[in-house]
Amino acid sequence: MPVTKLKSKDLLGLEGMSKQEIDFILDTAVSFKEILERPIRKVPTLRGVTVVNLFYEPSTRTRISFELAEKRLSADLVSFSANTSSVQKGETLKDTVKNIEAMKIDMVVIRHSASGAPHFVASCLDSSVVNAGDGAHEHPTQALLDLFTLREKYKDLKGLRILIVGDILHSRVARSNIWGFFAMGAEVAVCGPSTLMPYEMEKMGVEVFFDLDKALEGRDVVMVLRIQLERQQGGLLPSLREYANLFGITRERLKRLNKNFTIMHPGPINRGVEITPEVADGPYSVILDQVTNGVAVRMAILYLLSGGEEKVE
Amino acid sequence: MSKETSDLIIAGGKLIDPGSGLNKIADIYIKGKRISKIETKKLIDLKKVKIAEDEKIINASGKIVATGLIDMHTHLREPGREDEETIYTGSQAAVAGGFTCICCMPNTDPPIDDQESVNFVYERARKALCKVFCIGAATKGLKGQELTEMADLKDAGAVAVTDDGRPIFNSRIMRHCLEYSKMLNLPVISHCEDLDLSSGGVMHEGYVSTLLGLPGIPSLAEEIMVSRDIKLAEFTSGRVHIAHVSTKGSVEIIRAAKKKGINVSCEATPHHFSLTDELIKTFNTNARVNPPLRAQKDVDEIKKGLRDGTIDCIATDHAPHSIEEKDVEFNAAPPGLVGLETALGLVVTELINKNVLSWEEAIAKMTINPARILNLNLGKIEKESPADITIIDPRISWTVDISKLKSKSKNSPFEGRKLTGKAWMTIVDGKIVHRL
Repeated sequence: MPVTKLKSKDLLGLEGMSKQEIDFILDTAVSFKEILERPIRKVPTLRGVTVVNLFYEPSTRTRISFELAEKRLSADLVSFSANTSSVQKGETLKDTVKNIEAMKIDMVVIRHSASGAPHFVASCLDSSVVNAGDGAHEHPTQALLDLFTLREKYKDLKGLRILIVGDILHSRVARSNIWGFFAMGAEVAVCGPSTLMPYEMEKMGVEVFFDLDKALEGRDVVMVLRIQLERQQGGLLPSLREYANLFGITRERLKRLNKNFTIMHPGPINRGVEITPEVADGPYSVILDQVTNGVAVRMAILYLLSGGEEKVE
Repeated sequence: MSKETSDLIIAGGKLIDPGSGLNKIADIYIKGKRISKIETKKLIDLKKVKIAEDEKIINASGKIVATGLIDMHTHLREPGREDEETIYTGSQAAVAGGFTCICCMPNTDPPIDDQESVNFVYERARKALCKVFCIGAATKGLKGQELTEMADLKDAGAVAVTDDGRPIFNSRIMRHCLEYSKMLNLPVISHCEDLDLSSGGVMHEGYVSTLLGLPGIPSLAEEIMVSRDIKLAEFTSGRVHIAHVSTKGSVEIIRAAKKKGINVSCEATPHHFSLTDELIKTFNTNARVNPPLRAQKDVDEIKKGLRDGTIDCIATDHAPHSIEEKDVEFNAAPPGLVGLETALGLVVTELINKNVLSWEEAIAKMTINPARILNLNLGKIEKESPADITIIDPRISWTVDISKLKSKSKNSPFEGRKLTGKAWMTIVDGKIVHRL
């Protein structure tokens, strides 16, 4: 039976989500992307629906992307970040979200530094909860927009050979994408420094590499992750310089990839560290398409979670 | 001696007492606070006695009668967090779980690190339903820097020293702690955790932490310190007891040390032999505990260590936390779970009924073994010994319902778990303090 409605009231992660459900979200996003290309990029679909964006961790791209998605659907929205909320007065997360819900809202978009925080919030609320990134756990809307971007280019992801490079240990993008890629039938490998590779990573079903040149051999897609300077202080890396030498994606290294390859990056980019500027800006890079598609995919998610069925007119 | 000269008779139960070596049907006569007779030959004919008319006789047929269970690792939160537990409410939970004696840890607020604070614990314990022994801090303020006045602590009744909740991280201080406590014949209970390796961790580092993206605590953080403490114990001839062993590697290290003749003992908790890190997949904060719930291979090795005698004791590490503190995102929840009322059921269900331990072995690990380690004059049933007795119904099936716990806190990850075996009656100093 074709999927016509999302199973859950919340979008917390991609672990366990079926290809049918993912395709349903992505198909819906296609319609919204068309709207974004119109002269007037706004529809009344979520008029009267109130969304609260709770960002307990700094974010530029994801937050603006959600806010634009909400505005273009005509939803009412309120955003706050942890440094302006009552968190500093010692209020618990549960009390904060219960109070917000008491003001009559419909959806909560939450980013939090603790894995599982959106799941906890979802268990406290009747409202729909969208995970906008939780700790190093999941970032499902990012993975969906990545899948959308690749589907636009390759039509079918089945058999696509994908490599994720960088700080796998701390990456929620990596985890969500691995589940998403697997659901779509792609083959996934990860590569990064041994100090940034989580325990028993191969159990997730991915091939694990520590040698970038070997890992790049015969790949169709390379997803490059941001490397953070803090990792150096934590004793995980000697220097960004050495990281760039060992794991930086340079034009030279692209020769090992298959024809018609794609370079992705969830942003924000450290140019010259994990990726050279010429690669980031090359014709095979879809980095800005990812950002554009992010709005359409988030519109689809908000629409479907608010009870939307099938495709929009 | 006839029943007229006794106050209570426990008749027809199966007495299993590793401390005295008895394992047979017996009638136990209690006079005042002490056991006056153990009769294994001329048993009371329970068919002829009208129990209702003779309240002094307890019909324990079909039950197992043991000397009172001892928990050598209990957090009672008084002073400081009386909202979570008090010495009195902790004793209510203890007797409901079959314990007649609990030993409270010093990491209260303020910590139990001088004679006055030990006196405070014993003063409060006078009203408790069970015996409470105080374990004193090993270092002042649990800071790991200066030794406490251990002779003073011992004079006031402390039975061991520990900084539990934290390790004594400085190896030189741990060395001196073992040397000094040895002079006083006080065991040192060691919480083994390399704080650099465990830093930031909230669960076992393993496949589940990889899936959840939660910062992990490697097994290594415990094992390195277990190795260190064993080396120090060997060097100083001090007396170290390793608290809450949680990893396969720790069991192996302790097994090898014992084989070598090093004077080390250890305990395991019921949650470490019956739960794994899989439970955290739902971000259940009641499953957050330190040391963390480990992997299946660790659980298997702990069972092996219990069976081959590497692990001397079963201790609860009962650690009450308020609902508010646990009703948060996983990272923000304090580690710890309540265990006094589920321990016996887990021992019967997971160890005895699964043929990991015999009844004798299991009871020894909850009675005579901790008593010996802490030099308590308890743990066996013989004439003139204190009438501390736990009568166990070995067949009763029950489901853990946290709302029914006697403990002031309800942070148990065992909610809804089906268990077999429960304390049917608990007797402390000849007085019935719990009956099912």
